[in-house]
Amino acid sequence: MKHTISILVENHPGVLSRISGLFARRSFNIESLAVGVTDDSTISRITIVVDGNDYTVEQVEKQLNKLIDVIKLKTLTPSETISRELMLVKVSANSSDRGDIINIVKVMDAKICDITRTTMTIEASQTTENLDNMLEILKPYGIREVVRTGTIAAQKGSDTITAKK
Amino acid sequence: MMNVAQAMTKCLELEGVKDIFGYPGAAICPFYDALISSTIRHILVRHEQNAAHAASGYARATGKPAVCVATSGPGATNLITGIATAYSDSIPMVVITGQVSTELLGRDVFQEADITGSAEPFVKHSYLVKNPREIPRIFKEAFYIAGSGRPGPVLIDIPVDVQKAEIDFEYPKTVDIRGYKPSIKGHPLQIKRVAEAIKLAKKPIICAGGGVFATDAKSVLVEFAEKYDIPVVTTMMGIGCIPSKHPLHFGMLGTHGKKVANLAINESDLLILIGARVGDRAVTTPGVLEKRTKIIHIDVDPAEIGKNMDAQIPLVGDAKVILGQIIKSLDETDKHTEWIFRLNELKSQEKIVDGTDGINPKRFLQLLSSKADENCIVVGDVGQNQIWTANHFEIKKGRFVTTGGMGTMGYSVGAAIGAKTAKPKKQVFAICGDGSFQMQMMELGTICQHDIPVKIIIMKNNRLGMVRELQKNLYHNNLTAVFLDGSPNFVTIASAYGIKSKSINRLDQEEEAINEMLQCDGPYLLECVINPDEPTL
Repeated sequence: MKHTISILVENHPGVLSRISGLFARRSFNIESLAVGVTDDSTISRITIVVDGNDYTVEQVEKQLNKLIDVIKLKTLTPSETISRELMLVKVSANSSDRGDIINIVKVMDAKICDITRTTMTIEASQTTENLDNMLEILKPYGIREVVRTGTIAAQKGSDTITAKK
Repeated sequence: MMNVAQAMTKCLELEGVKDIFGYPGAAICPFYDALISSTIRHILVRHEQNAAHAASGYARATGKPAVCVATSGPGATNLITGIATAYSDSIPMVVITGQVSTELLGRDVFQEADITGSAEPFVKHSYLVKNPREIPRIFKEAFYIAGSGRPGPVLIDIPVDVQKAEIDFEYPKTVDIRGYKPSIKGHPLQIKRVAEAIKLAKKPIICAGGGVFATDAKSVLVEFAEKYDIPVVTTMMGIGCIPSKHPLHFGMLGTHGKKVANLAINESDLLILIGARVGDRAVTTPGVLEKRTKIIHIDVDPAEIGKNMDAQIPLVGDAKVILGQIIKSLDETDKHTEWIFRLNELKSQEKIVDGTDGINPKRFLQLLSSKADENCIVVGDVGQNQIWTANHFEIKKGRFVTTGGMGTMGYSVGAAIGAKTAKPKKQVFAICGDGSFQMQMMELGTICQHDIPVKIIIMKNNRLGMVRELQKNLYHNNLTAVFLDGSPNFVTIASAYGIKSKSINRLDQEEEAINEMLQCDGPYLLECVINPDEPTL
């Protein structure tokens, strides 16, 4: 079972290594990890997707909370969460395939950001599942390279995860 | 204006630090230079690891964060075992290390080691200071973090150029760390649930751990146990939180504990864990126990609750405060006469089997504790000696200090040095084996140089006794690498340092030797030659 945890941390050097070290030494599996600064430049937001049962997720939360650099965290409920991942995928595309690929890109609400005589590079921002689907569909054309950012997520509605002022 | 090194000593003084343990080197020289004009006493150890153990002993004796210092590179890495020991025993400690110059960081220069990186799994928090102006804030935070919530070691790594930088010094009065707000008070709703559970219980038991000392909850624990007539067992870290001979005390539980203590938690209908983390040596079958009995888990660290055993009633907060809350909200309950009678019955079946006229370490430790001061501090090392001391040295008003979590051999002499430095008027004993003693023998120099009159007792069996027993029982008696042939004559070693010492091997010598040791003003080393076949339990 996959769980998405959103974490606000101090924007210091070394914080990421503390978090990834914690996962490694306690045998928690990270599916993906994305980090970026928030509107407050002293705070970064990390989105981690963890694979594990309820016990694991509870332990992950509690152990993360023990880190002094962790300001706040929340495990997001899938039904109440918007999650996205950015992917760049380079596919083989000769002139006869281009039309098909453009159609797939349109259907998937993606875009083509680079094109050569033999390849096309597609940019897509989707849920992880949709990106997996898209890769499946593009496979027959020949996938040359895939770059993914890992999931980022926010709650639906007006709720936010913010540090107390 | 002052330089950072001066600011560091100033911070320590303002935190009330009187003694520190350390070992200098190039990258920490500015700090040592500033130390000359400070009020702080520096105790030069003979190996950095023992500086950390000494700080651990000091912290346990005072209840406040203690300080150890080392230089960069090997000085810092030598501290790691001591830091890890303190971390696993939840001991408040501030560790200061020198580091190579900021502009050289990451270039693998002489005596450079990434100590914040390598100690990361074993610290509560750490700092690599690059901005000299942050020193006062960092020191203030470090002491606060080390000593509050669940205590632990905090590391401050300071490059040598930063130590030399000039700053304006102002020590912050308060700390505000947005990611660190430990819970103190127990949730009122949970307190109510606990009170209900205690009222209903017919066979309740308290299992008290090191958290009782960390929160200075000894007397309130005894009050709590007496008010509700609940028997108490302890973990190794909890030994002494209730006097050994208290009628409600039934010993240490666990793989090396008392039978009655283990039976007690297995037969109980309510288990109240107080500042105990359900370590595998204490509770061997948490899965069975959580199905059989109702569990209340009181701990300041929420991550410990539910980690190794499910608790029906989790209660996060400071043990002293929480026990106070319960005592206030719940009147006396029915006595548990039948239950306690049953436990006493089990207890009375335990006897030391002993017909020897040699030295039986268990009986010897009972004799020693009967002659020692009531409030003495006894430090157990690791191995058979630790279990013997844990189970047989009677704690009255004093302390039993040992490393229950990490189980670090070579802990006792360093920790005893620390405890004696903190409490010079108290008797302090280090009880070790001939294996563990040889891991820390060099500290006899520290004892002499700084005139720290600790009493060292070596249980000499020329074996690594605990491992030997393990090999005997689980590895078909294939004894290997457990014989300590080649050990020196410890009495000669002691006399080379000018330390009084004696070796005994007969029952009829025990009393006189103990008297001589206790009457000696200076340090003393007593070697007890014991039977190598003496079992741990």
